Formats: sequence, C-alpha cells, structure tokens
Amino acid sequence: MIEPSAEEYAAENAPPLTPEQAIANLQSLDLGLRYYAAWWLGKFQVSQPAAVDALIAALEDEADITELGGYPLRRNAARALGKLGDRRAIPGLIKCLECSDFYVREAAAQSLEMLRATTAAPALMQLLDGGVAVAVQVPGRPHLIQPYEAVLEALGAIGATEAIHLIEPFLEHSVPRVQCAAARAMYQLTQDPAYGERLVKILDDNDLKLRRVALGDLGAIGYMAAADAIANAKAENSFKLIALKGLLEYQLPEEFDAFCIADDAIRVMNLMDSLL
Amino acid sequence: MTDELIRAIALADTPARMVAAVQNLAATKDVAAIPTLIAVFGYNNPTAAAVAALALTELGELAVPQLLEQIDDYNYGARAYSIRTLAAIADPRALDALINAATTDFAPSVRRAAAKGLGNLHWQKLGFPESQTAPLRALEALLHISQDSEWSIRYAAVVGLQALAKIPDLQHPIRARLEYMLASDTEKAVRARVLLAQSQ
Repeated sequence: MIEPSAEEYAAENAPPLTPEQAIANLQSLDLGLRYYAAWWLGKFQVSQPAAVDALIAALEDEADITELGGYPLRRNAARALGKLGDRRAIPGLIKCLECSDFYVREAAAQSLEMLRATTAAPALMQLLDGGVAVAVQVPGRPHLIQPYEAVLEALGAIGATEAIHLIEPFLEHSVPRVQCAAARAMYQLTQDPAYGERLVKILDDNDLKLRRVALGDLGAIGYMAAADAIANAKAENSFKLIALKGLLEYQLPEEFDAFCIADDAIRVMNLMDSLL
Repeated sequence: MTDELIRAIALADTPARMVAAVQNLAATKDVAAIPTLIAVFGYNNPTAAAVAALALTELGELAVPQLLEQIDDYNYGARAYSIRTLAAIADPRALDALINAATTDFAPSVRRAAAKGLGNLHWQKLGFPESQTAPLRALEALLHISQDSEWSIRYAAVVGLQALAKIPDLQHPIRARLEYMLASDTEKAVRARVLLAQSQ
C-alpha cells in the first residue's frame, strides 16, 4: 500500500522554500507547487498557526484530482497535519476518513494516530464495518477496500477499548501485515502478552519486510519481553535500533534522572550499544 | 589447504554452503585468508559476513592494513562490516578511516559503527606525539557528530564519548558536551544514554 512519496523527487530538484512561501504556495495556481508545499510544511514541521490553517483548508481541495479520482493535495495535507501536532486538525482529519480516495483515508488515520485523537474512535470503527469478511482487495488496485493497518493501529494508539471486539477478528485476516496491526492494537488495549508474543513470532518469518513491520510494531508497543528477540532478529541494525528505542522510551518516565533509570532501561541500552 | 578453502567460497552456490565455506576458512586463522574474508562482506549474506568479521577480529592487527585498503566505497553494507571490524580490533591506525566514516559517510550504519569505534582505539600503541594528538582528533569528530540531526548518530556519539572519557585530559570537554546534550536533546533515548554515560 505504498505510493510514491514526494520525498523521492523533492529536495534537490525543487526550489528552496521559506515557511511563508510554502504557506503561500498552497494557494498557487501551479498544482505541483501546492502538492510540494504541503509535503514541505510537514517535513520541516512548520507548526505555526497559519500553516496549520492552510493545510486544514487543503483537506477539502477540489482542484488537484487524478484520473482515478485521487486527491494528491489532500493526501499530503493530511500527512503533514499529523506531523505538526496541532489538535485543531482533528475534525478535518476525521472528515477525511469518509473521503472517496483510499490514500486520503489512510493518511488521515495515520495522522489521527499521531495526534492521539481519542474523538476519532467512532469514525475509525466505522471503517471496520463488515469485519474481515468484507476486508478484501480492491480489484486492480494494490490495496484493500479500507486502510485497515492504519485504522487498527490508530484505534490501539488512542486506547479505544470499545473497539476490541471489532479488532480481534483481524488477527485472522489473510494479510500478515493486517494481522500484525491487529496484534499491536490488541496488546495496547489489553496489555495481554499473548499479543506481544504473536509479534515476536513474526521476527522468525521468512519475509524480511514482514520482520521489519513486526520490529516497528514491537517498538511502538514497548513490549519489553521482546528485547533480546529484537536484538537477535535477522534484520538491519537500523530497524532493530528503532524498535529498541521504542522499548527504552516506555521504560523512561516523563522526567528522569540517573537514579531512576531502571535496570530494564539499562539492559535495553546495552543491547542498543551492541548494535552500533 | 587454505587455497582450497578459498576456492570453496567461490564455488558455494547456496547461502548455507557459503556460510559453511566461510566457517571452514575462518577456522584456519591463516593470514592468507584475509582478503577473501574481507570480500565476503560484499556478498550480501549477513551470517557469513558475521563469521568473517569475527575471524578478522581474532586475526587482529595483522588484518588491519588490508581492511583499510579494501574498504568498499560502493557498497555501504560491506563498508559497515569493515568499519565495525576495524572498531573491534581497535588498532589506532584506523583513526583516519573511522573519522572519515563517522563524519562524511551517508550510511547511518557505517557512521554509528565508526562513532563507537572512535572511543575505543588503543592509543598507547602510537608513538609520541601521535598518542597525544590522535585522541584529540577522535574527540573533535565525536563532538561534531554529537550535533547530528539523526538521533541514532547522536546516540552512537555518546557511546564513543563515554569510552573516550577514560583519557583524563579529555574528561572536561566531554563532560561539558554531555551536560549540554542532557539539557537540550529532544530525544528521551539519547538523554537516557547520556545519563548512563555520566554514571559510569
């Protein structure tokens, strides 16, 4: 479910921007400039209110439409808003969950997760309507009918325990990545180690990409019992370091000093050191 | 005998046979195996590469000149193994290669391995005055990359700085930088690693 991101062509070929120019470019007659500006504001985390306002407005853009009915500017605006941390974006993003464009819905779910938008739970749950039975591939497209991975992850991250009964069946979905997302959410919502262990098991899978997904999930849920399995997984050190960083962060209170670094935190850091 | 084992590596036609062939060659501990073991870094077989790296580390100083000459400028996976092996052997002749890798390489895996290695070189093997100036150059490189935008590079810089702080003359600037990072770093993981370094 990956489409080419702006990142691939941006940096070198594009004109250098300032935040003011980027905000102004969101209204440019050149649709390419609008698309790039939305990506740029997220990438460089320009969180000033004018940028957020302009991006929220871009969630309703009607000018930039692909032959397949996609909304490229809306996608980039939705992605950027997740990175800017301004909760004013939440209602607009919730509305995007009903957009006809799959990628807009996916970006909105991901950004609502990043914003920890608890109010998004009902709208996210609606995307699970029909359950696993209807969660099939769209003919001719490289994605399922809904962005299930992003939806399940978001529901887990925002603590939507009311969604447990909807999430659990997705543990048996035919797409392994969806199973991972369900296990991740179920762990977050129940703290039952059985779901963490499902992800640990995937670290032994033959598919490297799936092992990377599981590493990301274990880091995101801070499943401490996986520390050694993560360090020994057959994957690049960069992925393992990110996963262990996630575990470490769960071991650290908001404010901490040398005296309150737990033994578990030190254990994780020793593993990280060994992967440098 | 070693020649035969080297040929067996060229003939290995599955990943498992490659690993077995590298293990057999590594077991000889023969200096004639060094170039072949280094070449294994470029075969995209992590298990075989780990065996080769361990064997080269055990060969130690004898492997350093060829490790330095054979650094693969076009394959960052192979380069990371070379830098990691040089860091593990800790021969200070690797200083320039490690500084270069830590400060200019584009691959984070290479930079992190170099940063860790820069703290641990066996400085006393150098003659005077290099034994005094070399650690200062390592310090300068680590201070520089401790301001990198990528958290894992800063994390590795802290690990390098912690090791370098065993040198009494360098403790003052290292403490100052760690204090600064503790107060200013945006990543909890990096601040936690600073605290661990300060407590050692």
